[in-house]
Amino acid sequence: MSEHFDLSKMIFGRLSWEAIPYHEPILIFTFIGVILGGIVVVGALSYFKLWGPLWRNWITSIDHKKIGIMYMILGLVMFVRGFADALMMRGQQALSFGDNMGYLPPHHYDQVFTAHGVIMIFFFAMPIVTGLMNYIVPLQIGARDVSFPFLNNFSFWMTASGAALVMVSLFVGEFAKTGWLAYPPLSGIMQSPDVGVDYYIWALQIAGVGTLLSGVNLIVTIIKMRAPGMTMMKMPVFTWTALCTNILIVAAFPILTAVLAMLSCDRYLDTNFFTSDLGGSAMLYVNLIWIWGHPEVYILVLPVFGIFSEVVATFCKKRLFGYTSMVYATVVITILSYIVWLHHFFTMGAGASVNSFFGISTMIISIPTGAKLFNWLFTMYHGRIRFELPMVWTVGFMVTFVIGGMTGVMLAVPAADFVLHNSLFLIAHFHNVIIGGVVFGAFAAINYWFPKAFGFKLDYKWGLASFWFWFVGFWVAFTPLYVLGFMGVTRRMSHFDDPSLQIWFQIAAVGGLLVALGIACFFIQIGVSFMNRKKLADVTGDPWDGRTLEWSTSSPPPDYNFAFTPVVHEQDAWFDMKKNGFKRPTEGFIAIHMPKNTGAGFILAMISAAIGFALIWHMWLPVIVCFAALIAAVIIHTFNYNRDYHIPADEVVAVENERTRLLSSHV
Amino acid sequence: MSNTHTATAAGIRTSESYYLKEEHHPENGTMLGFWMYLMSDCLLFAMLFAAYGVLGRHYAAGPSGADLFDLKLVAVNTAFLLLSSITYGFAMLAMHSKRLGKTLFWLGITGIFGLAFLSLEIYEFVHLIHEGAGPQRSAFLTSFFALVGTHGLHVTFGTIWLVTLMFQLKKHGLVPENKRRMNCLSLFWHFLDVVWIGVFTFVYLMGTLV
Repeated sequence: MSEHFDLSKMIFGRLSWEAIPYHEPILIFTFIGVILGGIVVVGALSYFKLWGPLWRNWITSIDHKKIGIMYMILGLVMFVRGFADALMMRGQQALSFGDNMGYLPPHHYDQVFTAHGVIMIFFFAMPIVTGLMNYIVPLQIGARDVSFPFLNNFSFWMTASGAALVMVSLFVGEFAKTGWLAYPPLSGIMQSPDVGVDYYIWALQIAGVGTLLSGVNLIVTIIKMRAPGMTMMKMPVFTWTALCTNILIVAAFPILTAVLAMLSCDRYLDTNFFTSDLGGSAMLYVNLIWIWGHPEVYILVLPVFGIFSEVVATFCKKRLFGYTSMVYATVVITILSYIVWLHHFFTMGAGASVNSFFGISTMIISIPTGAKLFNWLFTMYHGRIRFELPMVWTVGFMVTFVIGGMTGVMLAVPAADFVLHNSLFLIAHFHNVIIGGVVFGAFAAINYWFPKAFGFKLDYKWGLASFWFWFVGFWVAFTPLYVLGFMGVTRRMSHFDDPSLQIWFQIAAVGGLLVALGIACFFIQIGVSFMNRKKLADVTGDPWDGRTLEWSTSSPPPDYNFAFTPVVHEQDAWFDMKKNGFKRPTEGFIAIHMPKNTGAGFILAMISAAIGFALIWHMWLPVIVCFAALIAAVIIHTFNYNRDYHIPADEVVAVENERTRLLSSHV
Repeated sequence: MSNTHTATAAGIRTSESYYLKEEHHPENGTMLGFWMYLMSDCLLFAMLFAAYGVLGRHYAAGPSGADLFDLKLVAVNTAFLLLSSITYGFAMLAMHSKRLGKTLFWLGITGIFGLAFLSLEIYEFVHLIHEGAGPQRSAFLTSFFALVGTHGLHVTFGTIWLVTLMFQLKKHGLVPENKRRMNCLSLFWHFLDVVWIGVFTFVYLMGTLV
């Protein structure tokens, strides 16, 4: 009985050298690559003496624009990781037939598909969408920053901490083998006693706090900080979709937090929420997680609808067709997204009445979505369309997304779902809408707003190559999955016996490689554009003849966004200003009140990450110490009453005179 | 801001009508933001209530609420919490009449009621665990401890916040920042009260009905 007090166990928990996967060559090579890359980055930062500027101008920055850019970088880095997982799966499934077992053993393959899903949703799509909203929304509504700039910085670093935990799981221990939603009882302590699910839980909990707070932040920003004259129905559509998305975030993420907390109680405290005995109910977990999970997909796709609306109006040189119906469609989708969650598990056995309700409510969502598509098409009708890159991505989206939507309506039929549930048809469907929607939208947005953020346009040729590789690659990769799904092939298999299926997986693997080329072209596009940045420079701040307020300021915008707060009279405020011959004021500048940078958000997030890591490995002493440190750090931060400063008028004058000079030298 | 909506007679607006010459002061969004946060917290409790609703009768051949709950104890505890809300209200009244000492006094009383509530709750939990009715016993007890315990955790953090705020009030007085914080904590404290009324009704009162 008298177990003696083991100090090293209190400090290190179950962490030991065993946790390092040195017998996995793939991981070891990746690890060496990461270490070498890390050394290069650290070396370069030290050599060019960039640690100070990095800390002052980026890590501690509360400027919504810089935080937005950091979100985008985080998203793109994690995208590469998630895509590497995807290629590994495509390769494994193309090879692993009959006697050939492929190169990924099942326990590794299971981690790969789990990590792929988690990373793509939480650490690629979410940061990209949040980053875009962070960057664009304050500019579109004529504000100087978000409502809570410090929280914004904190949110970003919490998201980054969650991503860091997922990355650490690659080299210390392992990741979950449960699939991206970690259903119990598989994710319970009996079936998954090791650290994988704990990495999953704490990575998502920490990132979830960041997401929730940034949701609160952007809602308040949009409601309280709009420029005078910008009534709700004069807001740009992207801002409207951002508002609805953030309402969804605030209404959905607490559910994820709660359900993951319950799962961790089951794992850490032996409780019985979702266990198979003592009265627990695994179906409760499945219900709760999808009550978050379904709104989550609309969290991702609504802002993308906003992006396409902006792009279509700009590149067709027309006011968006059906602005009001667009707004109402967005709001209706926001509400409906809450009453469809059960369509993810029609096979649960809820009965015909329940299944019919959720089947019909799911089908109804296609009505406002269809209205949106017609609005975009009618905007293009009789428009003067310029096929610049954002517009190319938009057209590719419309074609792809409609087909994904149709297969979605097929899955919404409960009777059909009994055949298609958990099959590759489902996989093809949701990649069809997420890649065709969110990913294409992200690329449209990056090509559209890049000149705003960095002051030069992106190269057209490489961008077009990227688009075509993506577009063709996507269809080559996923059409075979639709076919296989009809044949009854289920998801998450690392090995097949029936050789007649192999050809389809080989075609899909070719598609994956085409997409890889598309991604390569994208990074080359950024490199080439950077080299040619003088030639591609945007000195006007309005490279596309835009319609909304973000194009009225310089590219990149000054710290304070607008020297004078704009006054809005109509929708498409900047277009209205240009139409009335607006002359930019060149004198009368005043000092501008701005929030101060602070390192508090970064420190709090790092402590949170440490708590997460210690909890994963059952290092109880560090958990207690770090938790006490977190509470202390929060309290100390609240004693800081000195949080803002004024940019002196002289400085504003200097920045604005430089802009005047630039504008006049390029007329 | 009378110049914001001026337009010339021809309907064409001047450049001056498109910007503010003076600094724009958007309304402070802290209260709205905090309210949004509270609503998200409310959803967290909603999930715990939902879990209790599903699992609350899954006794797994173990004790039920009727066997375990000591309604008199819970009634006293409820009284502590409700009284703490009233005393917080007195602190707010004192703040509005700009009396720092009185504000601090009522905040102190609120904190004491909060601690009394927590002590009784901890006593109840320890007692239940000793009787073999810990959270591991059945899904009913799991969801009970989770719901009541989460509320208790909130009261704990609220109390830490309250003490911190008392120090800040002492240091800076009734400055606008502190008034805002008083308002936020007020919302938080009353919110916990509302949640407790739900807990008291659905868990304790309805749980003791056989």
